[in-house]
Amino acid sequence: MTQTASAPVGATGDPAAPTAGRRPRRARPRRGRASLGQALLWLGPALLLIFGVVVYPAVELVKASLSRYSITGLRKGDAGLDNYTNVLANESLGTVLTNTLVWVVAVVALTILISLGLAQFLTKEFWGRRIVRWAVIVPWAASLVITARLFSLIYSYYYGTLNAVLLKIGLVDTPIDFLGDDRWIMPSMIAVGVFVSIPFTAYVFVAGLHAIPTDVYEAARIDGASPWQIWRRITLPLLRPAILVATVLNMIYVFNSFPIIYTLNESNPGFSHDTTITFMYKLAFKSAEKDVGQSAAAGLFNVLLILVAVVIYLRVSRWREEEES
Amino acid sequence: MNGTLSWRRIRPAAMPVIGLGVAFAFLWPYLVMLLDAFRPSGDVVQTPASILPREWKWTTFSEVVGDERFRAWLQTSLIVALSSTVIVVLVAVPAAYFTARFRFPGRIAFLFLVLITQMFSPTSLVVGIYREFYALTLVDTYQALILTNAAFNLAFAIWILHGFFASIPKEVEEAAELDGCGPLLRLRRVMLPLTLPGLVTATIFTFIAAWNEYVVALTLMLSDEKKPLTVGINSYVTGYEQNWDQLFGASIIAIVPVVILFAVIEKHLVGGLTAGSVK
Repeated sequence: MTQTASAPVGATGDPAAPTAGRRPRRARPRRGRASLGQALLWLGPALLLIFGVVVYPAVELVKASLSRYSITGLRKGDAGLDNYTNVLANESLGTVLTNTLVWVVAVVALTILISLGLAQFLTKEFWGRRIVRWAVIVPWAASLVITARLFSLIYSYYYGTLNAVLLKIGLVDTPIDFLGDDRWIMPSMIAVGVFVSIPFTAYVFVAGLHAIPTDVYEAARIDGASPWQIWRRITLPLLRPAILVATVLNMIYVFNSFPIIYTLNESNPGFSHDTTITFMYKLAFKSAEKDVGQSAAAGLFNVLLILVAVVIYLRVSRWREEEES
Repeated sequence: MNGTLSWRRIRPAAMPVIGLGVAFAFLWPYLVMLLDAFRPSGDVVQTPASILPREWKWTTFSEVVGDERFRAWLQTSLIVALSSTVIVVLVAVPAAYFTARFRFPGRIAFLFLVLITQMFSPTSLVVGIYREFYALTLVDTYQALILTNAAFNLAFAIWILHGFFASIPKEVEEAAELDGCGPLLRLRRVMLPLTLPGLVTATIFTFIAAWNEYVVALTLMLSDEKKPLTVGINSYVTGYEQNWDQLFGASIIAIVPVVILFAVIEKHLVGGLTAGSVK
């Protein structure tokens, strides 16, 4: 999975190459010492929020995952590990996991690649650049739920604008059932996923590009480097931290993304196009059983899955080295 | 050589044209949405689809703004997003500053905790969140939503701000220290003005995340008038009534404040991402 996602990063793996262009490292800030009491004073509110609203629900989730619930949500007693075995035994689990993998890898990889190009463009000087930058922001500013509903309409077999346009320019003879045809639904959802992930990612890269000092480029040009060599040998390596940050954050966001899949997949029964996140939600609130315990177990699997995925990615891309170098 | 020369000549004209194409690529779905807001709801779901409205309807926006429910949802969204943003900034700034400047027992553990929280999403924890607020009898209250949004956006804010504070050399603060300023005063007078882009970044990210949060609001907010916009406007199109025009009109109104906010602070935002996330 990391194969595609980390391709541009891996390309910069050669640490000896471009460091000549780096700015002199700023003096490392010295840190004063402080007591635990002082620390609690400064960190107290943050700890309170984190333990109160993130850690405590996580504990509640663990407890719920070990309990048996009635269909109305009343606790009926201990379930041991039944909920876990039930989730693992769910015949849709394999499909759901495959969907999740395809969804996350495809959306993150495409987002990173397109955003790299877009960020290059957005950092060039040209007339109207500010307006283009505002336009790029819109899919990020719009609520995901609304964008998802909008696309469920645009993709519609009967009254969708997309089919209307495709028919008009003669690309297809009959409308495509984007959200009903098994071959089309995943690509259709991925397209929306990429669309809404680009703005944030492109901005991380724009910021990264702005941070590269221009004299580095001038030096390379004087040395006779071609534009491609400059990009490959200077821009990309210096952009590496930004690519790492953007990839990790996107992995987390895309993995946890709920509205797109939930909305675009609404008309299809079962779990055949669900990812682990919508799978879990449907178990708790929409399936025939309305099983809170199973859903909690599935939720814990989700947290573990993304943790493992991020750790693997960071290992493969040698995050620590970057941090410490 | 010839190629570069001619590109140089057409570049001033070509770049804005490409820019227009790029802008269109990101705006077209929302242009479809705008057109859909200007036609009667029945026209939206008519076969065959027409790109322009068959019949123009200009009253959608006044209908939406005049709708009491819409104003209630807008109010919830504003209260929740603004309050969670204020809380995040007030809580994240001291935490990030302190961990960047001081060594103390548990510092690494704290930073690790923050990193882990970044991976938790309210969606995975929604069952646990519901049970907690149910036990606290806070289901269907603003407080529950504000606390959730604040808590889950805290990690990103601390992460970004920590990078900022750490990148400013200690010497900058030392002069103030010699003048007898305590850490709180140094933070306010010296550090915050220098890290303004980071503050702006944390603010805008939290605001957007809270403004667009869906799953927790869907689960926790039961009474119609307390729902935020993301959840509320869905009742314009249900199995019983289908007001696509109003759904999309309301959605466009919901986008506008965020885009304006962006336009105003865009410069800071770009600087912010640089120093914070890239260090």
